[in-house]
Amino acid sequence: MEYKSLYEALAHLDGYIYPNEITLNWDLLIVMYPYITGLVAGAFILASLNRVFNIKALKPTYVISLLTALSFMLVATMPLISHLGKPQRFYEMLMTPHLTSAMAIFGFVYLWYLMVVLLLEIWFDYRYDMVIWSKQKKGFLKFVYKALTLWIKDTSPESRKTDDKIGYFITVVGIPSAFLLHGYVGFIFGSIKANPWWSTVMMPVIFLFSAMVSGIALVMFIYMVINYIRRQKNDIVCLDTIAKYLFYILIIDFALESLDQIHRIYEADESFDILKILVRGKLFFTFFIMQIGIGTLIPLSVLGFLQFKKPKEKIRKIIYLLISVCVLIGIFFMRWNVVIGGQLFSKSFYGFTSYKVNLIGGRDVLLSLLWFIVPFIILTFLLWLLPPWKKATHE
Amino acid sequence: MAIENKNFSRRDFFRKSGAVAGSVIFASLLNPFKKVYAVEEPKGKSKWYGIGIDIEKCIGCASCVRACKNENDVPKEPFFFRNWVEQYVITNDGDVKVSSPNGGIDGYKQIVPKEDIYKSFFVPKMCNHCSKSPCTQVCPVGASFETKEGLALVDKSYCIGCGYCVQACPYGCRYINPKEGVVDKCTLCYHRLQKGIDPACMTVCPTGARIFGDLHDKESSIAKFIKENNCVVLKPQLNTGAKLFYNALSQEVH
Amino acid sequence: MPIQIKRLLLVFAFFIALMLVIRYFLKPDSWGKMGPYRYEALKEIANKEPKYVDLASCEMCHDTIVKIKIEGEHKSINCQTCHGPGYKHINEPDTSNIEKPKGREFCVRCHAKNSARPENIVKQIDAIEHNKGEVCITCHNPHKPWQ
Repeated sequence: MEYKSLYEALAHLDGYIYPNEITLNWDLLIVMYPYITGLVAGAFILASLNRVFNIKALKPTYVISLLTALSFMLVATMPLISHLGKPQRFYEMLMTPHLTSAMAIFGFVYLWYLMVVLLLEIWFDYRYDMVIWSKQKKGFLKFVYKALTLWIKDTSPESRKTDDKIGYFITVVGIPSAFLLHGYVGFIFGSIKANPWWSTVMMPVIFLFSAMVSGIALVMFIYMVINYIRRQKNDIVCLDTIAKYLFYILIIDFALESLDQIHRIYEADESFDILKILVRGKLFFTFFIMQIGIGTLIPLSVLGFLQFKKPKEKIRKIIYLLISVCVLIGIFFMRWNVVIGGQLFSKSFYGFTSYKVNLIGGRDVLLSLLWFIVPFIILTFLLWLLPPWKKATHE
Repeated sequence: MAIENKNFSRRDFFRKSGAVAGSVIFASLLNPFKKVYAVEEPKGKSKWYGIGIDIEKCIGCASCVRACKNENDVPKEPFFFRNWVEQYVITNDGDVKVSSPNGGIDGYKQIVPKEDIYKSFFVPKMCNHCSKSPCTQVCPVGASFETKEGLALVDKSYCIGCGYCVQACPYGCRYINPKEGVVDKCTLCYHRLQKGIDPACMTVCPTGARIFGDLHDKESSIAKFIKENNCVVLKPQLNTGAKLFYNALSQEVH
Repeated sequence: MPIQIKRLLLVFAFFIALMLVIRYFLKPDSWGKMGPYRYEALKEIANKEPKYVDLASCEMCHDTIVKIKIEGEHKSINCQTCHGPGYKHINEPDTSNIEKPKGREFCVRCHAKNSARPENIVKQIDAIEHNKGEVCITCHNPHKPWQ
């Protein structure tokens, strides 16, 4: 079978590992899963900054954030299901959930967030427009719009007011739901007492704030790409505001991660010696250079500098584009360091195994790429079906 | 004046009942967390399995590893084990070298010359059948469970192969069977216990280093073993309720 | 109630009802009876043929060897420790379905000199130098090694 890579790993063992630890069970697909759910939570938080906290400058990105969140949310469980040993049995988690397991509860948190928060919020925001479009289009599209509006024909101002009120209420409920959605992913790792790299109280909080950072960077990136494709001008005030919030939340994220590491280094419990070797050795490139260097320090210093001195618009746009990509890469490697890093060292604290990503044709690489690209396709479809720029203006 | 009092008491009533309702809801939310532990130790005379391993008797022949692989159809590749034997060599410099070539089946080489060795011993490892097992706690579908006699078993036709239990086991006892796609682990030869015979690993051990039995029966060999020796479990700080008791376990063993 | 809420409640009620119906069909019957697992699984796990048999089964045919072994150093060792699982051999007694250790490689599993082996439990020899070239059973009867 595919034991060749395992035999190679066995020949390159570092120290001693429990014999069963040679394979990494949670591979690249399990790195993609918190990454994608994080993008969802982060994009939604950006939308809620506009809707609930009334930051008017973010209005151009409000709908794009929601549609981005929905596109990624639809794909969020796919990396998990593709990774299962028996994917055809995935429904068992919803039918007979074992309530002490965080993973079982996640199935319901996911359903709640998808159906009650995301779908409903987008529905309430688009309902009026969908009714208008159902009247304008013909044929199959007409039927699609009618079905989406649940065959409601009401376009009166009162109905629009109701839409606004309920939409606002849902966004308010959605903020703690987004926290729950991604906090739970952090809890899935943070509650494993067997693994000292994962087992920390900070894990859900760190996951949450890094999710917010990645989601905001994603929306910034998508907003600029959409404007480029549609040959529209970028609203520079909107971009400046997004960059400002990205900067603030990145500071909090960096502070939390630093606190976690400083605490770990200071307490230096029994796992510290092996973890020190792990971080300085196998994780050196992904941790210091990618996650901290490219993903945190460069965006922090550039965005921080921009708060004091703003160069010309043209240069700022290019900077924002580059910084959002840096942040997205950095947060991906943060997930990599947590998931893969946690399995590289032996629970005997005496050695390491190795993980070679088969960049050409490896099953986990192909599937991960697929589940990362599909949301963009879904987003394109959604932007065609529900174009934000054709929406009726609000008072 | 009277109207004010009425409003005040009505508001008060709603506030109090809201607090009560809220705390009831909150307490009921906590309910799933009541039984975080897999199974409660049965009272009285019902069976409660425990395992004992005497490190002073183990000679590292790995007969137990071979027998388990044969008995339970474990893949013969050197990556999947329900149990294995580790060799610890502690040098005079304080270096700890651990090895387990193919779980012990391939035999042990003595790399460190005898004069440099401070201490050396074998440690057989297997599932600890924890009473508060983290592996059964995290299974999302209940395919990993504890029987009422205290054995941690896997329901292979229900397991979805998510691997959460493999990550949660602090002792590295579980693995995902590549052909079946589901999790496999030591069952203390449950199929043999139901027929009244000992697990395979205990049957073939040439020195009698492995024993098991009913912890509630104070005349059983396991109860006497724990009473007469200084027994400890692995990683006691994790509070897994492990029921695999080692005699003469050294601190270097993790 | 605004019409949006009415239609949405309808959709959600339908969805929840659908989930409950699916659950009724897909949930295994014995799940939850004794705990959060399929109680039937215990029967399935127990339903497996043991491969290592008991001493009495070996003694039925090989009682002379058992009598010799009881008096020697290897008296407490189960036959199958060296000869492998006996279930096939019990059903069809043939030399092809039981192991018979040969050469010098087998006995050193227990008897090769190793600092980790307690010397009071097992006698150890240098695996290469001890009687170089000879097969172990030339001098030692495996069922009574100090004969």
